[in-house]
Amino acid sequence: MSTYVIPVFIGLIMVIGLIKKVDVFGEFADGAKDSIGAAFEILPALIALMTAIGMFKASGGLDMLSTLVSPLTDMLGFPRECIPLALIRPISGSGALAVFETILTEVSPDSYAGRVASVIIGSTETTFYTIAVYYGITKVRNTRHAIASSLTADFTGFILSALTVRLFLH
Amino acid sequence: MINRIFAIMLVLSVIFGAASGNMGQVCDAALNSCVEAVDLFLYLLGGMCMWGGLMRIAEKAGITDMLSELFKPLLKHIFKELDLNGMAFRAICMNITANLLGLGNAATPLGLEAMRRLEQEEHPGGTTSRNMIMFIVLNTASITLIPTTAASLRIRHGSAAPMEILPCVLFTSACALAAGLISAAALDNISKRRKPK
Repeated sequence: MSTYVIPVFIGLIMVIGLIKKVDVFGEFADGAKDSIGAAFEILPALIALMTAIGMFKASGGLDMLSTLVSPLTDMLGFPRECIPLALIRPISGSGALAVFETILTEVSPDSYAGRVASVIIGSTETTFYTIAVYYGITKVRNTRHAIASSLTADFTGFILSALTVRLFLH
Repeated sequence: MINRIFAIMLVLSVIFGAASGNMGQVCDAALNSCVEAVDLFLYLLGGMCMWGGLMRIAEKAGITDMLSELFKPLLKHIFKELDLNGMAFRAICMNITANLLGLGNAATPLGLEAMRRLEQEEHPGGTTSRNMIMFIVLNTASITLIPTTAASLRIRHGSAAPMEILPCVLFTSACALAAGLISAAALDNISKRRKPK
C-alpha cells in the first residue's frame, strides 16, 4: 500500500498539470533549479555539524550524553540510539540530518531504533530556528508561551515516534 | 545557541578523546566527516531537485490554491477573532498548504508574510498575540504529508521498505500538532485569567 503513495502522487500532479495546461517540463526544471540553490545553502552547516558530531561521537562524548539521559528514556521505551537526535532536532535541521545519517550507519533503517529515528525526522521540525526567523520579522520580543507550546509538540512527537513504531511496525 | 553547541562539541571531543584514548578516531572523524557531509549532500541533491520540480508543477497548476481553500474551514477554528477575508488568514492558509506538500522553499516566505500581516492586523506591540502563537505551533510541528528526506536516507542505507514509516509519521505528526495547539490554547487561557484586561 505504502509503495503506491509516491507514484500515484506524482501521476496525479502530472495529470492536473496537463489539464491546467502547465508547461510541465519547463516548470519542473525551474523548480529543480531553485532546489539546487536551497541545497547549497545548507551544505556549509552540514559540513560544520557533521564534523562536530563525528568528532564528538568518536571521542565517546555522544555515548556519555545518551547514558546520562537514558534512565528517563528507557522508562518511556525510547531507543538510546535516538537520544542525540531528539536533543538536536529542535535546534538545528542540518544537525538533525547529520545525526540521522550517523544513526543509520550504525543500525539498520529497518531496526527498531532506525525506524523510530526515521519517524522523528519525518514528524518534527526545527522549532527554535522557526521561532527565531518568524518572530524576527516582527517587532514582537515577548513570545509568551510560544516556545513552551512548540516544545510540547516536539516532546509528544518523540514519545509517539517510539510508541507508533512499536504498535504499527513491530 | 547553535554557536555554543558547535564550539562546545568540538572542544569536548578533544578533551574526551584525550581522556579516553580515542584520539585516533577523533582525528579520523575530523578529517573524514566533511567528506561524508558532501557525500550526504550529493545523495540528497537529486531527491530535493526532483521534489522541488514536481512541487513547482503542483503550484503552477493551482493545486496549492485549491488545497488552501480546502483547509480554510479547518483553520478558522484555530485562529480566533481574525478577519477570514484578510491578507493574514490568506497567507496562513497558503503557508500551511505549502508545508503539507513539503514545499519548504515556498512555505518560509509565506510564513513571514503571514507574521507580518498578523502584526498589521492585530497590533500586538512587543508581546505576541494568541494567533501568532497558534501559527508558530502550526509551523514548528511538522505537518509534511510525505517524508521524502527520511525515505531517501532509508533507501541509502538499504531499507527494505523505505515508506513503511508513513502511517507512524502521519499519526505522530497529527498528535504532536494537537498537543501543541491544545497546550497553546490552555496556556493562553491561564495567562488571561491571571491578568484580566
